[in-house]
Amino acid sequence: MRKEFTDSINKALHNSNLTGALGRFSEAYRVSRAKAYEGIDFEAVRTQVAERKSYAASHLDELAETFTRKAEASGATVFRTSSPEEVRQYILKLARENGVESIVKSKSMASEEIHLNDFLVKSGISVRETDLGEWIVQLAKQRPSHMVMPAIHMTKEEIADIFGKEVDEPLTSDIPKLVKFARGQMRPKFLAAGMGITGANIAVAETGSLVIVTNEGNARLVTTLPKIHVAIVGIEKLVANFEDITPILTALPRSATGQLLTSYVSIISGPVPNTDGTVKDLHIILMDNRRTAMSQDPKFKQALQCIRCASCLNVCPVFRLVGGHVFGKVYTGGIGTILTAWFGALKESDEIQSLCIQCGNCTQVCPGKIQIPDLILELRRRLAVEHGQPLVQKAAFSVVNNRRLFHSILRAGSLAQKPFSKDGFIRHLPLFLSEMTDFRSLPAIAEKPFRDTFKTIDQPKSKEKIAFYAGCLVDFAYPEIGESVVKVLNNAGIEVVFPEGQTCCGAPARYSGAYEVAAQNATDNIEAMLKEDVHYVVSPCPTCTVALKQDFISTFESLGKSDSLPGARELASKVIDFSTLVKKLVDEGRLTFKEGKQLGKFTYHDSCHLKRTLKVSNEPRELLAKAGYEAVEMYEADMCCGMGGSYSLKLPEISAPILERKLKNIKDADVPLVLMDCPGCMMQIRGGMDKACSATRVEHTAQRLAQALENTGSKRTAH
Amino acid sequence: MTQAEIFETFRTRAESVSAEVHHFARKGAALDFILEFLCKEAVNNDAPFLALWADCPFLNGLDKSLLAGKVPNLSFDVTRDLAASARVGISQMDWALANTGTLVQDASAVAQRLVSTLPNIHIAIVHSSEIVADLPAFLTKADPKRAAYISMITGPSRTADIERVLTIGVHGPERLIIVAVDELGEMN
Repeated sequence: MRKEFTDSINKALHNSNLTGALGRFSEAYRVSRAKAYEGIDFEAVRTQVAERKSYAASHLDELAETFTRKAEASGATVFRTSSPEEVRQYILKLARENGVESIVKSKSMASEEIHLNDFLVKSGISVRETDLGEWIVQLAKQRPSHMVMPAIHMTKEEIADIFGKEVDEPLTSDIPKLVKFARGQMRPKFLAAGMGITGANIAVAETGSLVIVTNEGNARLVTTLPKIHVAIVGIEKLVANFEDITPILTALPRSATGQLLTSYVSIISGPVPNTDGTVKDLHIILMDNRRTAMSQDPKFKQALQCIRCASCLNVCPVFRLVGGHVFGKVYTGGIGTILTAWFGALKESDEIQSLCIQCGNCTQVCPGKIQIPDLILELRRRLAVEHGQPLVQKAAFSVVNNRRLFHSILRAGSLAQKPFSKDGFIRHLPLFLSEMTDFRSLPAIAEKPFRDTFKTIDQPKSKEKIAFYAGCLVDFAYPEIGESVVKVLNNAGIEVVFPEGQTCCGAPARYSGAYEVAAQNATDNIEAMLKEDVHYVVSPCPTCTVALKQDFISTFESLGKSDSLPGARELASKVIDFSTLVKKLVDEGRLTFKEGKQLGKFTYHDSCHLKRTLKVSNEPRELLAKAGYEAVEMYEADMCCGMGGSYSLKLPEISAPILERKLKNIKDADVPLVLMDCPGCMMQIRGGMDKACSATRVEHTAQRLAQALENTGSKRTAH
Repeated sequence: MTQAEIFETFRTRAESVSAEVHHFARKGAALDFILEFLCKEAVNNDAPFLALWADCPFLNGLDKSLLAGKVPNLSFDVTRDLAASARVGISQMDWALANTGTLVQDASAVAQRLVSTLPNIHIAIVHSSEIVADLPAFLTKADPKRAAYISMITGPSRTADIERVLTIGVHGPERLIIVAVDELGEMN
């Protein structure tokens, strides 16, 4: 990563205005969004949005043609172009021909995408943003830090200063007075402007209509007072039918600002009279700028389902720390990363794509049903193919791809770490490694990996066998979790087998875009796991479970390795996460917990892959309740802990504050025990607790369930 | 839902976004309310007072010069310059949406847009029977071929662009006063 990029991250992290405002907003947003959707079936609405936008993305050319015909029939002039330069020239020519000296604009991302303001100003035309936040940012000569709230990073004092410079006198920082000031300053501009420029939130082909959504009322003035109205519309705003407005207008204000509807919605379907009795000169620019190319890419076509609500920003644990400026471009956050890669160039997303921690929060709220984390992974993959992987990473993965070498290095590490480890933790590492242990201790590599311990466990012989997939962390750092899993399954009369050939699940490689490495890991694991004649393959690691169940298939598909797919699918059909399997065994009466136990309070941390990819969140809670534990829900229980696999090593400056928040939420739950189903989260949270010298126990669900089972000891006979 | 229930939903939702809702059975009472409001506004402010009333069905059968005589500086001649200095704008909306508290108007005629965008206060008259349940119910009725500028208004102009503090009245009206009338026909 370039130093400029990490510097911009650190600058953002140390801007307490920004992190404070974004943090408070993300908390308030959750509540207001939920309230706005009360009584509405969000899944149904977003299915409609996704279907209609997807249809449109498949018919862009046809819809643009219909739109053009309809809008022109009603008297508008439509200009279609794929080139940003042609958009700029078209507007300049129109302004010059009509003697326009000043322009008022309401918010338009498409105009920002092509840097229209700079161009017009350089051509001698005055351009005024009229959306309050956009105007503030324009005066401050900055870029918006958020798609919906452009000036969220600034305080009222800073804004009072900026406004004061406009009139050369000091202003109070009273917010209503600042807003009044803006109204007063803007009025003469509206009245004097020769041209109004807007974007559009929706463009309806069937009727040639534009739908424009605002809260301040600026778009109504921009479209009413100047005699020329130019609407710059990205062609992804097209929908086929007038009724398609309904699902989009149902979702957009609720998802963007938690409103049922914005203060103003204007549906413009042709030129209307001006204030002097002439007819509006209405120009609609349908801008492509690589959107058609995007629609032809089978993976990225879905990104055109975006309605620009910015909810993916609002729920993102990373965005709420760093804000929009680190993205360095017009479009920010998860979707912004994808749009930047397309509307600019793939290379432009090289650094910002690394900000995604793959927690999946955005997939839960996206009204367009866009799988943003998957698309960011795909960017990562293409970047790795196009530009190659960093050398260190390449060297590391070549080791991971050789199981014997990888495992022998881990074993050697167990000895090499001796000077640094104490009570199972590594608290300080020297030199360039020190960042890794700055904010959390690391687990020491176990003296004996689980694959060795496993051979010493006395298991009951049984016809019913389940294969155990440990994953690297359980195998080499937390073998005790493996022992607990075996104990629980033995208790149900099941014999556990440990296929020796199993190796890293490939998640680290895949999440770094190194798909060839991930594919080799997948091939090795499929071969190892399918050797056993078992009904289930169980793993106590949700990330590994997702790898075995979904990622192997998708990695092979991405690489076109269709020969490998049948094996991947066979393995996927057998894979199950630990809690889901145990819940099943309990429901079938094959496992019972000791009666009448009161084991105390705990709080549960939902792991990203378990909750959002595998959709498992009630199972561990129910099991622990049955075992005799009393749950106390922490705030944001399902928010990422900041681990994200190798993310915490690549971007420790972001991982640390995310963890800090998680630790605070755990502390606020005021319980002695926090449980989770993921050894990765455990490593992060346990390491953080150790650094904070906290007495709170951090354990895997399996460890507590194993202790709470009715002991059917007779089954634990020797070989 | 009965029309009365639809109205109550509309009122609740409109008030929750800071609109002021007044409900009258008859046109006469609604007119009295509007005139009284204008007179009070005219006296209570130091700034020069002007109210602009855009042509609408509510005015049918009313003597405009008589109305103008009752309120100082009430005009029915809506121009850009007058609208820019008017304190109150009055217009009639064509429909309303209950579940979002929204007013809807065919605002193709420029006078309709001027009186609802530029003045500080917008008085919006709506016929109670034109309140429909929600947006989809309206969109099936709407005809963009006939109404080239459909305006939906939900509460007064607002922003939260400075420190996320909700502030009313940026570019549009800072007060939205909704006058809902059950019977718009005869005066008495």
